[in-house]
Amino acid sequence: MIEKIADRVNADTGLVRRGRFVNTTFMIAIDDKCTLLRIQEGKVAGVLSGPFVTPDYSFCLRASRAVWEKFWQPLPPLGYTDIFALVKQKLMQIEGDLHPFMANLLYFKDVIASPRREAKR
Amino acid sequence: MSPRFEPISGRYMHLELLGKPHRLYFEEAGQGIPLVCLHTAGSDGRQYRGLLNDTRITKNFRVIVFDMPWHGKSSPPAGWQDTEYRLTSRDYVRMIVEVADALDLDKPVAMGCSIGGRIVLHLAHEHPDRFRALIGLESAAHTEPYYDLTWLDRPDVHGGMVCAGMVSGLIAPVVPAAEKWETLWHYMQSGPGVFKGDLYFHMIDGDIRGRVDQIDIKRCPLFLLTGEYDYSCTTEATLDVAKRTGAPATIMQGLGHFPMSEDPDKFVSYLLPVLEKIRAP
Repeated sequence: MIEKIADRVNADTGLVRRGRFVNTTFMIAIDDKCTLLRIQEGKVAGVLSGPFVTPDYSFCLRASRAVWEKFWQPLPPLGYTDIFALVKQKLMQIEGDLHPFMANLLYFKDVIASPRREAKR
Repeated sequence: MSPRFEPISGRYMHLELLGKPHRLYFEEAGQGIPLVCLHTAGSDGRQYRGLLNDTRITKNFRVIVFDMPWHGKSSPPAGWQDTEYRLTSRDYVRMIVEVADALDLDKPVAMGCSIGGRIVLHLAHEHPDRFRALIGLESAAHTEPYYDLTWLDRPDVHGGMVCAGMVSGLIAPVVPAAEKWETLWHYMQSGPGVFKGDLYFHMIDGDIRGRVDQIDIKRCPLFLLTGEYDYSCTTEATLDVAKRTGAPATIMQGLGHFPMSEDPDKFVSYLLPVLEKIRAP
Protein backbone atom coordinates (compact mmCIF):
# COMPACT_ATOMS: atom_id res chain seq x y z
CA MET A 1 0.00 0.00 0.00
CA ILE A 2 2.86 2.35 0.83
CA GLU A 3 3.86 2.46 -2.85
CA LYS A 4 0.51 4.12 -3.63
CA ILE A 5 1.18 7.18 -1.47
CA ALA A 6 3.27 9.19 -3.95
CA ASP A 7 0.77 8.93 -6.84
CA ARG A 8 -2.27 9.56 -4.64
CA VAL A 9 -0.75 12.62 -2.97
CA ASN A 10 0.82 14.18 -6.04
CA ALA A 11 -2.46 13.87 -7.98
CA ASP A 12 -4.39 15.66 -5.23
CA THR A 13 -3.87 19.38 -5.86
CA GLY A 14 -5.82 20.39 -2.73
CA LEU A 15 -3.65 18.22 -0.52
CA VAL A 16 -0.43 19.41 -2.16
CA ARG A 17 -1.57 22.99 -1.60
CA ARG A 18 -2.28 22.26 2.09
CA GLY A 19 1.28 20.97 2.40
CA ARG A 20 2.94 23.67 0.31
CA PHE A 21 5.28 24.67 3.15
CA VAL A 22 6.24 21.10 4.09
CA ASN A 23 9.81 20.09 3.35
CA THR A 24 10.90 17.06 5.35
CA THR A 25 11.62 13.35 5.23
CA PHE A 26 9.61 11.02 7.44
CA MET A 27 9.54 7.29 8.00
CA ILE A 28 6.78 4.71 7.93
CA ALA A 29 7.71 1.50 9.76
CA ILE A 30 5.66 -1.62 9.06
CA ASP A 31 6.93 -4.21 11.53
CA ASP A 32 10.70 -3.87 10.98
CA LYS A 33 10.38 -2.81 7.33
CA CYS A 34 11.15 0.91 7.08
CA THR A 35 10.40 3.33 4.24
CA LEU A 36 11.52 6.95 3.97
CA LEU A 37 9.21 9.44 2.26
CA ARG A 38 10.72 12.75 1.17
CA ILE A 39 8.24 15.63 0.98
CA GLN A 40 9.10 18.72 -1.04
CA GLU A 41 6.64 21.63 -1.06
CA GLY A 42 3.78 19.24 -0.33
CA LYS A 43 4.65 16.70 -3.04
CA VAL A 44 6.13 13.27 -2.42
CA ALA A 45 9.50 13.72 -4.10
CA GLY A 46 11.06 10.39 -3.16
CA VAL A 47 10.26 7.01 -1.62
CA LEU A 48 13.17 4.89 -0.41
CA SER A 49 12.84 1.42 1.08
CA GLY A 50 15.19 0.16 3.82
CA PRO A 51 17.06 -1.38 5.39
CA PHE A 52 19.08 1.74 6.25
CA VAL A 53 22.38 2.13 8.05
CA THR A 54 21.97 5.77 9.09
CA PRO A 55 18.44 6.89 8.17
CA ASP A 56 17.95 10.65 8.35
CA TYR A 57 14.33 11.67 9.01
CA SER A 58 12.26 13.95 11.23
CA PHE A 59 9.59 11.61 12.59
CA CYS A 60 8.48 8.02 12.24
CA LEU A 61 5.11 6.27 12.47
CA ARG A 62 5.57 2.70 13.62
CA ALA A 63 2.98 -0.09 13.76
CA SER A 64 2.59 -3.76 12.92
CA ARG A 65 1.61 -4.92 9.44
CA ALA A 66 -1.75 -6.14 10.74
CA VAL A 67 -2.52 -2.66 12.09
CA TRP A 68 -1.46 -0.84 8.91
CA GLU A 69 -3.53 -3.22 6.77
CA LYS A 70 -6.65 -2.44 8.79
CA PHE A 71 -5.85 1.29 8.79
CA TRP A 72 -5.52 1.31 4.99
CA GLN A 73 -8.82 -0.41 4.23
CA PRO A 74 -11.19 1.86 2.24
CA LEU A 75 -13.49 1.96 5.29
CA PRO A 76 -11.34 0.90 8.25
CA PRO A 77 -12.94 -0.97 11.15
CA LEU A 78 -13.87 0.93 14.32
CA GLY A 79 -10.74 1.94 16.22
CA TYR A 80 -8.60 1.98 13.05
CA THR A 81 -9.91 5.09 11.31
CA ASP A 82 -7.31 7.57 12.57
CA ILE A 83 -3.66 7.69 13.61
CA PHE A 84 -4.55 8.90 17.11
CA ALA A 85 -7.13 6.15 17.54
CA LEU A 86 -4.18 3.78 17.10
CA VAL A 87 -1.89 5.83 19.35
CA LYS A 88 -4.51 5.84 22.11
CA GLN A 89 -4.77 2.05 21.92
CA LYS A 90 -0.95 1.81 21.87
CA LEU A 91 -1.10 0.15 18.44
CA MET A 92 1.03 2.90 16.87
CA GLN A 93 4.00 4.91 18.00
CA ILE A 94 4.89 8.36 16.67
CA GLU A 95 8.51 9.12 17.47
CA GLY A 96 11.22 11.66 16.68
CA ASP A 97 10.89 15.38 16.02
CA LEU A 98 7.12 15.80 16.02
CA HIS A 99 7.13 19.49 15.08
CA PRO A 100 6.71 19.11 11.29
CA PHE A 101 4.05 16.45 11.90
CA MET A 102 2.00 18.45 14.41
CA ALA A 103 2.40 21.75 12.55
CA ASN A 104 0.92 20.08 9.44
CA LEU A 105 -1.32 17.52 11.08
CA LEU A 106 -4.27 17.68 8.67
CA TYR A 107 -1.83 17.37 5.76
CA PHE A 108 0.07 14.38 7.13
CA LYS A 109 -3.10 12.60 8.23
CA ASP A 110 -4.39 12.67 4.66
CA VAL A 111 -0.99 11.77 3.19
CA ILE A 112 -0.70 8.74 5.43
CA ALA A 113 -4.31 7.66 4.84
CA SER A 114 -4.07 8.27 1.05
CA PRO A 115 -3.74 4.55 0.08
CA ARG A 116 -7.36 4.14 1.24
CA ARG A 117 -8.63 6.17 -1.68
CA GLU A 118 -9.35 5.00 -5.19
CA ALA A 119 -6.85 6.27 -7.75
CA LYS A 120 -8.09 9.27 -9.70
CA ARG A 121 -8.86 8.31 -13.29
CA MET B 1 -32.60 33.47 -6.24
CA SER B 2 -34.15 35.07 -3.18
CA PRO B 3 -32.40 34.58 0.15
CA ARG B 4 -33.60 32.06 2.69
CA PHE B 5 -33.58 33.01 6.35
CA GLU B 6 -33.16 30.58 9.21
CA PRO B 7 -35.56 30.77 12.17
CA ILE B 8 -32.68 31.33 14.61
CA SER B 9 -32.27 34.55 16.57
CA GLY B 10 -28.98 35.49 18.19
CA ARG B 11 -28.44 38.01 20.97
CA TYR B 12 -25.74 39.25 23.30
CA MET B 13 -26.48 39.11 27.00
CA HIS B 14 -24.59 41.07 29.65
CA LEU B 15 -24.56 39.28 32.98
CA GLU B 16 -22.53 38.55 36.06
CA LEU B 17 -20.94 35.15 35.57
CA LEU B 18 -18.52 33.49 37.98
CA GLY B 19 -18.35 36.79 39.86
CA LYS B 20 -17.32 38.87 36.83
CA PRO B 21 -19.17 40.88 34.20
CA HIS B 22 -19.47 38.95 30.94
CA ARG B 23 -20.77 39.55 27.43
CA LEU B 24 -22.26 36.28 26.30
CA TYR B 25 -23.65 35.32 22.91
CA PHE B 26 -26.53 32.90 22.59
CA GLU B 27 -28.92 31.70 19.91
CA GLU B 28 -32.38 30.29 20.19
CA ALA B 29 -35.25 28.89 18.16
CA GLY B 30 -38.54 27.22 18.93
CA GLN B 31 -40.97 27.21 21.78
CA GLY B 32 -41.90 24.97 24.67
CA ILE B 33 -39.63 23.13 27.08
CA PRO B 34 -36.26 24.92 27.33
CA LEU B 35 -33.45 22.76 25.93
CA VAL B 36 -30.04 24.24 26.78
CA CYS B 37 -27.32 22.85 24.49
CA LEU B 38 -23.63 22.80 25.46
CA HIS B 39 -20.92 22.74 22.80
CA THR B 40 -17.69 20.74 22.86
CA ALA B 41 -14.22 21.86 23.98
CA GLY B 42 -12.62 24.47 21.74
CA SER B 43 -15.70 25.00 19.59
CA ASP B 44 -18.93 27.02 19.87
CA GLY B 45 -22.69 26.95 19.55
CA ARG B 46 -22.69 26.66 15.76
CA GLN B 47 -22.37 22.92 16.33
CA TYR B 48 -26.12 22.91 17.07
CA ARG B 49 -27.14 24.66 13.81
CA GLY B 50 -29.02 21.54 12.69
CA LEU B 51 -31.10 21.31 15.85
CA LEU B 52 -31.95 25.02 15.83
CA ASN B 53 -33.26 24.59 12.30
CA ASP B 54 -35.18 21.35 12.81
CA THR B 55 -38.90 21.95 13.25
CA ARG B 56 -39.40 18.42 14.55
CA ILE B 57 -37.54 19.65 17.63
CA THR B 58 -38.38 23.34 17.75
CA LYS B 59 -42.15 22.77 17.63
CA ASN B 60 -41.98 21.41 21.20
CA PHE B 61 -38.67 22.69 22.56
CA ARG B 62 -37.15 26.13 22.96
CA VAL B 63 -33.60 25.31 21.88
CA ILE B 64 -31.05 27.64 23.52
CA VAL B 65 -27.36 27.48 22.66
CA PHE B 66 -24.83 29.77 24.31
CA ASP B 67 -21.16 30.21 23.48
CA MET B 68 -19.20 29.72 26.67
CA PRO B 69 -16.99 32.67 27.69
CA TRP B 70 -13.79 32.62 25.56
CA HIS B 71 -15.67 30.70 22.81
CA GLY B 72 -17.42 31.70 19.58
CA LYS B 73 -18.87 35.20 19.78
CA SER B 74 -18.75 35.39 23.58
CA SER B 75 -15.90 37.47 24.97
CA PRO B 76 -13.35 36.39 27.51
CA PRO B 77 -13.62 38.43 30.72
CA ALA B 78 -11.68 41.72 30.85
CA GLY B 79 -8.05 41.13 31.81
CA TRP B 80 -7.89 37.79 29.98
CA GLN B 81 -4.57 38.71 28.39
CA ASP B 82 -2.74 38.16 31.67
CA THR B 83 -4.31 34.82 32.54
CA GLU B 84 -4.17 31.25 31.32
CA TYR B 85 -7.64 29.95 30.54
CA ARG B 86 -8.48 26.73 32.38
CA LEU B 87 -11.99 25.37 32.72
CA THR B 88 -12.80 23.75 36.07
CA SER B 89 -15.74 21.58 37.10
CA ARG B 90 -16.81 24.15 39.65
CA ASP B 91 -16.87 27.06 37.19
CA TYR B 92 -18.52 25.01 34.45
CA VAL B 93 -21.39 23.87 36.69
CA ARG B 94 -21.84 27.37 38.06
CA MET B 95 -21.81 28.93 34.59
CA ILE B 96 -24.62 26.69 33.33
CA VAL B 97 -26.79 27.31 36.39
CA GLU B 98 -26.15 31.07 36.23
CA VAL B 99 -27.00 31.27 32.53
CA ALA B 100 -30.21 29.29 33.09
CA ASP B 101 -31.11 31.63 35.96
CA ALA B 102 -30.29 34.74 33.91
CA LEU B 103 -32.66 33.54 31.17
CA ASP B 104 -35.25 32.68 33.81
CA LEU B 105 -35.55 29.10 32.58
CA ASP B 106 -37.92 26.90 34.58
CA LYS B 107 -36.54 23.36 34.91
CA PRO B 108 -34.77 23.26 31.56
CA VAL B 109 -33.40 20.17 29.88
CA ALA B 110 -29.61 20.39 29.49
CA MET B 111 -27.82 18.51 26.73
CA GLY B 112 -24.07 18.60 26.31
CA CYS B 113 -21.49 16.93 24.10
CA SER B 114 -18.01 15.72 25.12
CA ILE B 115 -17.02 18.19 27.88
CA GLY B 116 -20.75 18.99 27.83
CA GLY B 117 -21.49 15.28 28.08
CA ARG B 118 -19.24 15.14 31.13
CA ILE B 119 -20.69 18.22 32.82
CA VAL B 120 -24.24 16.87 32.62
CA LEU B 121 -22.98 14.06 34.86
CA HIS B 122 -21.79 16.73 37.32
CA LEU B 123 -25.18 18.48 37.02
CA ALA B 124 -26.95 15.16 37.63
CA HIS B 125 -24.84 14.69 40.74
CA GLU B 126 -24.98 18.22 42.16
CA HIS B 127 -28.18 19.80 40.83
CA PRO B 128 -30.67 17.06 39.94
CA ASP B 129 -33.65 19.13 41.06
CA ARG B 130 -32.87 22.12 38.82
CA PHE B 131 -33.29 20.20 35.57
CA ARG B 132 -36.22 18.41 33.98
CA ALA B 133 -33.82 15.95 32.33
CA LEU B 134 -30.20 15.70 31.24
CA ILE B 135 -28.82 14.34 27.97
CA GLY B 136 -25.17 13.35 27.69
CA LEU B 137 -23.66 13.08 24.22
CA GLU B 138 -20.31 11.29 24.17
CA SER B 139 -20.41 11.03 27.96
CA ALA B 140 -17.55 9.43 29.85
CA ALA B 141 -16.75 9.72 33.55
CA HIS B 142 -13.12 10.41 32.67
CA THR B 143 -10.83 10.62 29.63
CA GLU B 144 -7.10 9.96 29.88
CA PRO B 145 -4.84 12.28 27.84
CA TYR B 146 -3.49 10.38 24.83
CA TYR B 147 -1.23 13.08 23.38
CA ASP B 148 0.89 15.95 24.66
CA LEU B 149 -1.59 18.82 25.09
CA THR B 150 1.13 21.50 24.87
CA TRP B 151 1.04 21.10 21.06
CA LEU B 152 -2.36 22.80 21.10
CA ASP B 153 -1.00 26.18 22.20
CA ARG B 154 2.48 27.23 21.16
CA PRO B 155 3.52 30.03 18.84
CA ASP B 156 5.35 27.86 16.29
CA VAL B 157 2.26 25.74 15.48
CA HIS B 158 -0.96 27.20 14.05
CA GLY B 159 -3.42 26.66 16.90
CA GLY B 160 -6.53 26.44 14.77
CA MET B 161 -5.00 23.95 12.36
CA VAL B 162 -3.55 21.68 15.03
CA CYS B 163 -6.78 21.68 17.06
CA ALA B 164 -8.77 20.77 13.93
CA GLY B 165 -6.14 18.16 13.10
CA MET B 166 -6.40 16.59 16.54
CA VAL B 167 -10.20 16.26 16.44
CA SER B 168 -10.58 15.38 12.74
CA GLY B 169 -10.23 11.66 13.37
CA LEU B 170 -13.01 11.72 15.95
CA ILE B 171 -15.52 12.43 13.18
CA ALA B 172 -17.10 9.33 11.65
CA PRO B 173 -15.58 8.59 8.22
CA VAL B 174 -19.05 8.12 6.69
CA VAL B 175 -20.58 11.56 7.34
CA PRO B 176 -21.11 14.23 4.63
CA ALA B 177 -17.85 16.01 3.79
CA ALA B 178 -19.45 19.47 4.07
CA GLU B 179 -20.59 18.85 7.66
CA LYS B 180 -17.22 17.36 8.61
CA TRP B 181 -15.34 20.40 7.32
CA GLU B 182 -17.87 22.82 8.86
CA THR B 183 -17.20 21.10 12.20
CA LEU B 184 -13.44 21.49 11.70
CA TRP B 185 -13.84 25.12 10.64
CA HIS B 186 -15.23 25.94 14.08
CA TYR B 187 -12.12 24.39 15.64
CA MET B 188 -9.88 26.40 13.33
CA GLN B 189 -11.44 29.60 14.69
CA SER B 190 -10.95 28.91 18.38
CA GLY B 191 -8.92 31.41 20.41
CA PRO B 192 -5.35 30.53 21.42
CA GLY B 193 -5.20 28.04 24.27
CA VAL B 194 -8.98 27.71 24.59
CA PHE B 195 -9.23 24.08 23.46
CA LYS B 196 -6.31 23.20 25.74
CA GLY B 197 -7.96 25.06 28.63
CA ASP B 198 -11.20 23.12 28.12
CA LEU B 199 -9.27 19.85 28.05
CA TYR B 200 -7.98 20.67 31.53
CA PHE B 201 -11.56 20.01 32.64
CA HIS B 202 -11.99 17.07 30.27
CA MET B 203 -8.83 15.17 31.10
CA ILE B 204 -7.87 16.32 34.61
CA ASP B 205 -10.28 18.33 36.77
CA GLY B 206 -13.59 16.88 35.57
CA ASP B 207 -12.93 13.25 36.58
CA ILE B 208 -16.21 12.06 38.12
CA ARG B 209 -15.47 8.33 38.30
CA GLY B 210 -15.64 8.35 42.08
CA ARG B 211 -19.13 9.89 42.18
CA VAL B 212 -20.98 8.42 39.22
CA ASP B 213 -22.57 5.76 41.44
CA GLN B 214 -24.20 8.52 43.50
CA ILE B 215 -26.21 9.90 40.55
CA ASP B 216 -29.91 9.32 41.15
CA ILE B 217 -31.76 9.18 37.83
CA LYS B 218 -35.11 9.10 39.65
CA ARG B 219 -34.49 12.67 40.77
CA CYS B 220 -33.50 13.74 37.28
CA PRO B 221 -33.72 11.43 34.24
CA LEU B 222 -30.44 11.01 32.39
CA PHE B 223 -30.09 9.81 28.79
CA LEU B 224 -26.83 8.86 27.07
CA LEU B 225 -26.11 8.89 23.32
CA THR B 226 -22.66 8.10 21.92
CA GLY B 227 -21.35 7.78 18.36
CA GLU B 228 -19.76 4.43 17.52
CA TYR B 229 -16.66 6.05 15.95
CA ASP B 230 -15.74 8.11 19.03
CA TYR B 231 -12.38 6.87 20.31
CA SER B 232 -12.01 9.73 22.81
CA CYS B 233 -15.22 9.26 24.79
CA THR B 234 -15.61 5.62 23.88
CA THR B 235 -18.79 3.60 23.69
CA GLU B 236 -17.34 1.42 26.48
CA ALA B 237 -16.95 4.50 28.71
CA THR B 238 -20.56 5.55 28.05
CA LEU B 239 -21.88 2.05 28.70
CA ASP B 240 -19.96 2.03 31.98
CA VAL B 241 -21.74 5.25 33.04
CA ALA B 242 -25.03 3.67 31.96
CA LYS B 243 -24.34 0.55 34.01
CA ARG B 244 -23.40 2.53 37.10
CA THR B 245 -26.30 5.00 36.95
CA GLY B 246 -29.06 2.95 35.31
CA ALA B 247 -29.41 5.62 32.61
CA PRO B 248 -30.47 4.33 29.17
CA ALA B 249 -27.66 4.50 26.60
CA THR B 250 -27.83 4.33 22.81
CA ILE B 251 -24.84 3.77 20.57
CA MET B 252 -25.36 5.81 17.41
CA GLN B 253 -24.29 4.11 14.18
CA GLY B 254 -22.38 6.12 11.60
CA LEU B 255 -21.58 8.97 14.00
CA GLY B 256 -18.51 10.05 15.94
CA HIS B 257 -17.61 12.57 18.62
CA PHE B 258 -19.67 15.52 17.24
CA PRO B 259 -23.01 13.91 16.34
CA MET B 260 -25.09 17.12 16.25
CA SER B 261 -22.60 18.80 13.92
CA GLU B 262 -21.12 16.03 11.77
CA ASP B 263 -24.48 14.65 10.59
CA PRO B 264 -27.39 16.62 12.11
CA ASP B 265 -30.15 14.63 10.37
CA LYS B 266 -28.85 11.28 11.52
CA PHE B 267 -28.34 12.62 15.03
CA VAL B 268 -31.87 13.99 15.24
CA SER B 269 -33.23 10.54 14.38
CA TYR B 270 -31.56 9.30 17.58
CA LEU B 271 -32.49 12.35 19.65
CA LEU B 272 -36.22 12.53 18.85
CA PRO B 273 -37.21 9.36 20.79
CA VAL B 274 -35.32 10.72 23.82
CA LEU B 275 -37.09 14.07 23.61
CA GLU B 276 -40.44 12.28 23.29
CA LYS B 277 -39.73 10.44 26.54
CA ILE B 278 -38.83 13.73 28.23
CA ARG B 279 -42.05 15.35 26.99
CA ALA B 280 -44.24 12.48 28.15
CA PRO B 281 -46.01 13.36 31.40
